[in-house]
Amino acid sequence: MKLDFFFQLLMSGLTRGSIYALIALGYTMVYGIVKLINFAHGEIYMIGAFTALIVSGVLSMYGMNPVFIFLIAITAAIIYSAAYGVTLEKIAYAPLRKAPRLSALISAIGMSMFLQNYVLLAQTSDFLPFPELLPEFGFLDPVKFIISTNQFLILVTTTVVMVLLTFFIKFSRTGKAMRATSQDRDMAQLVGININKVISITFVIGSALAAIGGVLISSHIGQINFYIGFIAGIKAFVAAVLGGIGSIPGAVLGSFVLGITESFGTGYISSDYEDAFAFVILIVILIFKPSGLLGRKVSEKV
Amino acid sequence: MKRMAKFFLVALVSVAAITFVSCGKKEAETIKIGVAGPHSGDLASYGIPTIKAAELVAEEVNAKGGIDGRMIELVIEDDVCKPEVAANTAAKLVGDGVVAVIGHICSGATKSAMGTYLDSELLAISPSATNPPLTQSGDYPNFFRTIAPDDAQAAVEVAFAYAQGYKKIAVLHDKGDYGKGFAEFCKAILEADKKAEIVLYEGITPGAVDYTAIINKIASSGADAVIFGGYHPEASKLITQMKKKDMNIAFLSDDGVKDDTFIKVAGEYAEGVYATGPIDTSSNPLAIKAVKAHQDKYGEDPGAFFINAYAAMLALVNAIDVANSTEYADLTNALRSNYVDTPLGKISFDEKGDAIGVGFAVYQVQNGQYVELK
Repeated sequence: MKLDFFFQLLMSGLTRGSIYALIALGYTMVYGIVKLINFAHGEIYMIGAFTALIVSGVLSMYGMNPVFIFLIAITAAIIYSAAYGVTLEKIAYAPLRKAPRLSALISAIGMSMFLQNYVLLAQTSDFLPFPELLPEFGFLDPVKFIISTNQFLILVTTTVVMVLLTFFIKFSRTGKAMRATSQDRDMAQLVGININKVISITFVIGSALAAIGGVLISSHIGQINFYIGFIAGIKAFVAAVLGGIGSIPGAVLGSFVLGITESFGTGYISSDYEDAFAFVILIVILIFKPSGLLGRKVSEKV
Repeated sequence: MKRMAKFFLVALVSVAAITFVSCGKKEAETIKIGVAGPHSGDLASYGIPTIKAAELVAEEVNAKGGIDGRMIELVIEDDVCKPEVAANTAAKLVGDGVVAVIGHICSGATKSAMGTYLDSELLAISPSATNPPLTQSGDYPNFFRTIAPDDAQAAVEVAFAYAQGYKKIAVLHDKGDYGKGFAEFCKAILEADKKAEIVLYEGITPGAVDYTAIINKIASSGADAVIFGGYHPEASKLITQMKKKDMNIAFLSDDGVKDDTFIKVAGEYAEGVYATGPIDTSSNPLAIKAVKAHQDKYGEDPGAFFINAYAAMLALVNAIDVANSTEYADLTNALRSNYVDTPLGKISFDEKGDAIGVGFAVYQVQNGQYVELK
């Protein structure tokens, strides 16, 4: 029993960590490239979930196979969120690229409020039920009390996405261009990299990951409203800072550290202090490693 | 001569007594009832509906010839909901010779006024003061109320849990004022009764992305029922994930969950969930009549505590009628021993002054609807 409980908490922590990671990657990638904390990122996650809800609602009226509906809904969510992400960048951040960083940050907070209220007005302030599209996986039945189908799906999807992303960044031309831009934007431009395109792609990838996270966690939790992006976004941001903002493996590591800390804290101490655990670990890590777990030391260029 | 003088004295005294009595009778021709509460200031909207309720009942009774021929006269006094003002308000009402008071509205003001009334042997029926110690402390035997105290919901919930035979109970809340308050009342009652064990008492974070950790904790605590204090978004997440894990643990919650959105969001997983909520009075013919009378006279829907105040006034009128007296002891006795039809249903008062038949009922989700359990 004791061991079961441990594994249950571990799985719950990994699930949380995976979701945080999907969102935190968007924060960290954008920060790596344009040195901007995109506070509207949580809203992109929320918009992904809403898109999937609407698409699946429409499709299930036609009586399609739920698995197909799920795939179409998640694709639609990715496309829609990516479009939002890029538009966001073009409208709210691109004109401010040469402005002081604080201006872009305020612009990001403004966009976050705008998107929340836009969904509030365009949709509803109520909680909406999110359909369960995927059947329970039969092969998980024996370990159902430790890991549910949705948790399993979240873990697998996140792992696959992480691996693909790592390969993309390491080996593709665009990935190399992104790394170059992140290292030195002016130099990258001099060697012929189209900065605008790289930034757009970064927003596309970040938003797509957030959309995947939004759909997965909504089908796990079973309900959404316009405000879900805020808390998820804040936690993921903490995870990104914890891991070292700007670093992709850092964001993943930070997310898992955060998810597992919260889960074990809840399980063995008390869920009253769930959020406190998250912030205590953030403070402790930042005291000893101010740039985060895997963050690079920022040295002033002379 | 001495005899004669004695006779005169007796005659004089008797005449005086007769005149005095008849005078007294003439004075008491109207029955004065005090109405106290905030009638001006920020909280006036809580107090004014009570005046209207008292006026409507008084008019109706007077139109029918009063109580045994005696008309009701209302004495309305403002306490602005402030304890320091309420003591003066109370003294003023006592001075005006009221037989009883409908009010006060705010718990703090009520408490400060009750001492004055107790000293002058006056009873008060509040339509809205929900602070539990007002009745439970036993300090004010002259206090009655037609609203359930704050902890009534928790008491109903815990009593229901006992009736269902739950022995191990996990009490959770959403850390908010309402949910935590409810959970604390439940915890206090459970700890005092010792009929069931609290195996887990924790707050959860509203809006968190995942509740599996706390759900695992519930499972490993061995609870056979969960009492959750909070609102429906968290409740539906908890119940959905519990049912998905095949956990066969009863889920009991509060008025914040007795909401159709809960059933809409949790869907099939909502089936069988218990939630307490106020006893439904909307179909009560007296309530419909009272609301209609208000609409006819004032052209708008009644405000806060109107129905409770209407019930309080009816209970008081009935007590005066039944007791055939306006004496404190007779009235309190009549209030406690008689049931009276009010917009809140058939009510009476218990030893402590809480209304019997007013308050909360347990509802269960059955076939996608909340059904009241009798």
